[in-house]
Amino acid sequence: MKAHVYVGLKSGVLDPQGRTIARSLNNLGFDEVESAFQGKVIELNLTGTDVVAAEARVKDMCEKLLANTVIENYRIEIKPDTKAAE
Amino acid sequence: MQTAVIRFPASNCDRDAAVALEKITGRKPLMVWHRETELPSGVQFVVMPGGFSYGDYLRCGAIASRSPIVQDIKNRSERGLAVAGFCNGFQILTEAGMLPGVLMRNKDLKFVCRPERLKVESNKSRFTSKFEAKSEVMFPVAHHDGNYFADKDTLNRIEKSGQVLFRYADNPNGSLNDIAGIVNQEGNVFGMMPHPERAVDVMHGGTDGLNFFKSILETI
Repeated sequence: MKAHVYVGLKSGVLDPQGRTIARSLNNLGFDEVESAFQGKVIELNLTGTDVVAAEARVKDMCEKLLANTVIENYRIEIKPDTKAAE
Repeated sequence: MQTAVIRFPASNCDRDAAVALEKITGRKPLMVWHRETELPSGVQFVVMPGGFSYGDYLRCGAIASRSPIVQDIKNRSERGLAVAGFCNGFQILTEAGMLPGVLMRNKDLKFVCRPERLKVESNKSRFTSKFEAKSEVMFPVAHHDGNYFADKDTLNRIEKSGQVLFRYADNPNGSLNDIAGIVNQEGNVFGMMPHPERAVDVMHGGTDGLNFFKSILETI
């Protein structure tokens, strides 16, 4: 199965990269962009089929390495392997 | 006195740190590779050098901070071992949870590389005792991610307990409260973005860094 981990800055933490992206989009004529936030996606290929167990493990990975919880939060999406489920 | 410098893949100020330490102690520091699981016995002061460990992948200092040697240094620091990190070394110490806060991308997104004037906030610490309080010193900076951030409570706590030892006179990166260097509550772990190890010889353009090393080494 796959896990997608989305890591982004917590609200209230200055995001100069997001601000620059928004400004640049405005300069290109996309006036509807009020703000932008830049984060990252980490895709993990995992062995096993137990989605609940995988989610707990990936949460542990986020706490131990993938996110710095002083400034970042994270969201986990587990995508079960469709072939294995059949 | 025995000192040590930890080397990570893509450390690049390890030699500068070694030259500075040898100049002051008269003895070559041990160069310790990051895959070691234990510090050699007898080491009394450890420097985490600057650089771009692991290519700054994931977050600056994040991968290095999870290496086996850092875990051992963390354990020993809890029993009083003196540790200092400069630049990437500071980032590693915050990522390891040995110092509070985090270093974020510079506010204006630019890499800054220049001599920087700093105010010595306090000389009541093992790392600054040789400086005059409130004096100004010049250390070089060279970083892209030196914007110090901590949540409000943490910031209040470190300010109240006098853990901020250096502030920028002319903030180059957006750091909260102009913070350039901090020490932990116990007073034995220090980190700063500027490079005192690059200000120890007249050929460097200044020798203000000498007092930093003399301060900490005298207490050991």
